[in-house]
Amino acid sequence: MKTLGEILISKNPISEIVMGNHALVRAMLESGVKVVTSYPGSPTPEIAEGIRSIPKDKNPMYFEFSVNEKVATEVAFGASMNGHLSTVFFKSVGLNVAADSFVQLGLFDLIGGMIIVLGDDPGANSSQNEQDNRHFSKLSYIPMFEPNSPKEVYEMFKEAAKISKDLHMPIILRLTTHVCHAKEKINFDKLIIEEYDYSPKFDNFNAPHIPIAAKALDMKRKALKRLDIFKNITQNSRFNEYIDNGNKNKGIIVTGLPYLSLLDVLEYSKEKIDILKIGIVNPLPEKIIIDFLKTHKEVKILEELDDIMEKDIKSLAFDHKIDVKIIGKLDIEDWIGEYKPDKVYEILRKTWPEILEKIDINIPEIKLNPRPPQLCPGCGHRSAFHAIKYALKDTDITVADIGCHTLGFLEPYNMGQVLLSMGHSTSTGAGLSLFNKTRNVVAFLGDSTLFHAGIPGIVNAIFNNHNLTLIIMENGTTAMTGHQDLPSIGKNFNGPSEAIPIKKLLESLGVKFIKEVDTYNQKKLREYVIEALNTDGFKVIIAKHPCMLKLTREQRKKGIFKNNKVEVTSKCDHQYICISDFGCPAYQITPKGDVWVQEDLCIGDGSCIQTCPTNALSFKIVSKGGDKQ
Amino acid sequence: MKIFNIYLIGVGGQGIGLLSEVIIRAADKANLPVKGVDTHGLAQRGGTVSSNIRIGNVNSPLIMKNQADLVVALERHETLRGMNDYSKNNSTVIYYDTVWQPLDVRLRKNKEINNDVLLKAANKRNINLIKVYIDDLNDARMQNMAVLATMAKYNLIPNVQKNHYIAAIKDLLTGNILKNNIELFEKIYEI
Repeated sequence: MKTLGEILISKNPISEIVMGNHALVRAMLESGVKVVTSYPGSPTPEIAEGIRSIPKDKNPMYFEFSVNEKVATEVAFGASMNGHLSTVFFKSVGLNVAADSFVQLGLFDLIGGMIIVLGDDPGANSSQNEQDNRHFSKLSYIPMFEPNSPKEVYEMFKEAAKISKDLHMPIILRLTTHVCHAKEKINFDKLIIEEYDYSPKFDNFNAPHIPIAAKALDMKRKALKRLDIFKNITQNSRFNEYIDNGNKNKGIIVTGLPYLSLLDVLEYSKEKIDILKIGIVNPLPEKIIIDFLKTHKEVKILEELDDIMEKDIKSLAFDHKIDVKIIGKLDIEDWIGEYKPDKVYEILRKTWPEILEKIDINIPEIKLNPRPPQLCPGCGHRSAFHAIKYALKDTDITVADIGCHTLGFLEPYNMGQVLLSMGHSTSTGAGLSLFNKTRNVVAFLGDSTLFHAGIPGIVNAIFNNHNLTLIIMENGTTAMTGHQDLPSIGKNFNGPSEAIPIKKLLESLGVKFIKEVDTYNQKKLREYVIEALNTDGFKVIIAKHPCMLKLTREQRKKGIFKNNKVEVTSKCDHQYICISDFGCPAYQITPKGDVWVQEDLCIGDGSCIQTCPTNALSFKIVSKGGDKQ
Repeated sequence: MKIFNIYLIGVGGQGIGLLSEVIIRAADKANLPVKGVDTHGLAQRGGTVSSNIRIGNVNSPLIMKNQADLVVALERHETLRGMNDYSKNNSTVIYYDTVWQPLDVRLRKNKEINNDVLLKAANKRNINLIKVYIDDLNDARMQNMAVLATMAKYNLIPNVQKNHYIAAIKDLLTGNILKNNIELFEKIYEI
């Protein structure tokens, strides 16, 4: 077996198939990054997986999952102020959380250098929106590279790191989902881990470090000057490429993954088209763009999501009085979704119908059953929703937060009717409770999200006497993004740490009504909810059960997993509560309407047994190898 | 070199990720240029999970709709989805014959997809449909390996041979898991 860690720290040049996120880790090592921070979020968690794969004694980098993106940014900022090249990474919407600190970074003299790696998500594959973070690059005067493949991730990070160190400025590397997760063979260079001088470099030589009043304006001036220097260095960067097909009529300016889609689509084209591929999306390489505009009659701007390049390029043409037709986005659909090859095909056909034929594959109409994601078999959230639902009236209002329990919104639970952002639920619930005497408000919050951004809402509910019930869904992990640790469990990425027990935390904040219960005890949980609803003020119920996906994986690894199953006995009188209300995916139904248990899915947790009104469910012991119960 | 597109589809928890990684590595062992990408957003067990693999000198790792030469599916409903959305006419679909019913089927709003439905859909477009089912498989998590071994046996990916698959599996697995998977692979390959 060839481990990822061995590949990443191979001293000799090595060719390997890796995904974009792992290529990034190799680039960090080759660039001499010393401090890396993050908060987990798709599509970036595999960067941490890559770092974890490196044996501790061979890894020159410090890594931590911080409690949220803002904190992660600040830790990386502090490290850079002390002379260490640092990197912070998180997902697209994570930048909103980090924004307060992030937008200041450009003002500072970051003597170690700092790279911000963003996992943007065009297509909203695993995000609540598809926000285009190129806006933030302009807003903060921080330059941005945009790679289109794992190979470019690797090469661009190294170049960005070098410039960042030289100019003492932050630089963004904007990845998108299918760049993070794309896999291809990369030729890695030699890895030299040099003797490093760890002495703290922070001093006032590079000051001011405090942007207040007039100082802020001086600092902004410096930021803009650095941006200008950056522009001069990268004007002729190899990451901007002119693909000359000798077409003086039609040209396309493109960036990121859509560039690769474009190349594939043009294989079908009747006409060869000139391409200007941009690797640095802010600040744009104006000179080569002006030349491109001057030498073509029509130029299409092919960019995913918003019209950021389009606006800039149109103004360049205006300022330079260039006689060129610039074709940007044509309709609302051009603003939406990922520019995969199919989409690029449609867009180009819409732009220049004469170059591409309509594809008609003529597939007979077939009815496909949708398959939305759902809670895992044995998930504690399912038991919680099942219990809580019976305690609520149809008119009551439920507020979801970010995490696995967001899936409770789907059939058959329909729990959590509004979702705004990480940690919003208590405050949104508080707002919903104002001038509201008739409808109970119940907010949900995951444990990782509690530490991330949930605490201020709770403090606010206490401070301002809000009247609502908060149910903290404690499963002991950050499950949605792949089981990262969190502050309540007593360990972090690097080893043991002081646990912050949630109940104690709430007590010390001054919450008066706190109940704690295992969600598999559905009766007790239901009683607590009813009690909370009948009590005025701010009430918290901690509904606990370990993430069963994580737990059963660990048990399988240790060989202690009890391979029990649940079976449907002859007592079943077809009320279908197990399917229609409890909704465990292991329950399947025959064409005749009989219920049976799909054993590939059943983990034998038995949390379903209590939900059957006719007691038709029972354990079937099928242990193979492990201890029989 | 002619481009060969493989689209993989299954349900979260079935091991599409490992299967795709093995195929990408096997193609590389056969000295073929290869790119791939997994789409796994919400990593929850139970949603559709897919993967694209492209062999040849391609640019994007993503396959255009109905341009797959081979669709590999691990569940019956997903087989129909993969075939409908990604298969070329006259291509091949291989699937493991198990059912993880989507919610609408469990709630009896929609009908379960059976093998007849698949066969009819395949016949209409002259798609070669290969069903894999191993009666005495003692671990459901090895269904993906059963499909892989059958792919190797019928040479479904041009120029990728048994030894390439075995070498790829050895790159990725270790210990008992490796041993059990190789044993199953050999057994199915020999049948």
